[in-house]
Amino acid sequence: MVSSDRPLERLVMDAGDIARAVTRIAHEILERNKGIQDLALVGIRTGGVHLAHRLVKRIQEIESASVPIGELDITLYRDDLSLRKDQPILRKTSVPFDVSDKIIVLVDDVLFTGRTIRAAMDGLIDLGRPEEIQLAVLVDRGHRQLPIKATYIGKNIPTSREENIHVLLEEEGEDDWVVILKRESA
Amino acid sequence: MSLKRKDLLSLAPLSVDEIRLILETADSFKEVTGREIKKVPALRGRTVVNLFFEPSTRTRTSFELAAKRLSADVINFSPSSSSVVKGETLLDTARNIEAMQADIIVLRHPSAGAAEALAVGVKSSVINAGDGWHEHPTQGLLDLYTIRDRGLSFEGLRVAIVGDVAHSRVARSNIHALVKLGAEVRVVGPPTMMPRGVEKLGARVYYNFDEALRGVQVIMMLRLQLERQGIALFPTIREYARLYGLTAERVKLADPGAIVMHPGPINRGVEIAPEVADSLSSVILDQVANGVAVRMGILYLMSGAN
Repeated sequence: MVSSDRPLERLVMDAGDIARAVTRIAHEILERNKGIQDLALVGIRTGGVHLAHRLVKRIQEIESASVPIGELDITLYRDDLSLRKDQPILRKTSVPFDVSDKIIVLVDDVLFTGRTIRAAMDGLIDLGRPEEIQLAVLVDRGHRQLPIKATYIGKNIPTSREENIHVLLEEEGEDDWVVILKRESA
Repeated sequence: MSLKRKDLLSLAPLSVDEIRLILETADSFKEVTGREIKKVPALRGRTVVNLFFEPSTRTRTSFELAAKRLSADVINFSPSSSSVVKGETLLDTARNIEAMQADIIVLRHPSAGAAEALAVGVKSSVINAGDGWHEHPTQGLLDLYTIRDRGLSFEGLRVAIVGDVAHSRVARSNIHALVKLGAEVRVVGPPTMMPRGVEKLGARVYYNFDEALRGVQVIMMLRLQLERQGIALFPTIREYARLYGLTAERVKLADPGAIVMHPGPINRGVEIAPEVADSLSSVILDQVANGVAVRMGILYLMSGAN
């Protein structure tokens, strides 16, 4: 699927790369926080939720103990809502634990402008007062528009603004791939 | 899919997909209303005006709370405290409100069609919060939400709507939506309270309450509007209560686990016995709670930039 039939795609991470990145980030989270005390993961819908589940699974395998997991929909916190003609579809936020005094690792697939993360932090703080918020992303593609930096990065992938990064995951019925997509009209 | 409508005036023209979108959007807001901080910034900078030409506490408060929890600014306009008593027309009043940059006008009016007339005349979005005997779409939607929230699916669902159907905008909105979603709707009441041609909307007419209740999963009681019709449509309230009042005995005729709904305010001992209103099968207070989440969903979907 990444070959000649779609020439505008370029493969940057395959299934093995993604699995190794998830494993490394899981170890880094445990190392930085010295275990799982007060730790919880919150995935940003939709790609971040799948990655958060994978990270929690890896952490469980390493530490033999489970970590709480939540799912955050940031739509209501977007900074472009009042500019849009059609309101985006809402998905449900489900954070079934008290975030106060926890170390929350926000998880997303791609870090780009940083606006999603800003919205996610606002959304999270509306649920309580975390002790600390950290950020784990599979891909950091640069072009930040806000002063936001990831704590854990799967892979830095320099891109031009005209390119798109797609993270395809098994949970969405795809193979595990990260591809760069060139916009045809750009 | 998104709601590509400037206004929400009635449920009659809404597609099944649009109804489902509104109910699913309300799910997200139900989560918000369960939080400690029940507020999200989605409608920051927007202005919602409640324009109520009829007394209403529950609907107005529900809209006000919904708008505030979305961080919108809310203004309440009611005729007794405005220039309407000085002879201003509805459209002029609304245009003045619009000139103050209202994004959404929520209108309650005693005349059927008032919301539609207003929607044509102003650029703001108009939400009908009840117009005469015509429709009360947000009540219909919160009723649907409450049914769905109880785990009931609409396809093949048997619903009895009981009471003064002819003068009920709540009944009309519910009939339109429930029939569209595939439910079997039975309307029950005395002949004087049955609108002509209601069968054409897809409802079946019953005059015998007990017969209509057999096998229904939802009993939707309507309020006897004592202040409007008085008892002109019926000899005495006692007789009405005896023939069309929902008692614990009658609830047993319905499906086991049937839910009892009422748009409120309830006349205890008239259309509904106190022990039924307070029973476990009653979802009357769930309807009120869900109303805020459903209205947040509607305000959100209608707040796209014009």
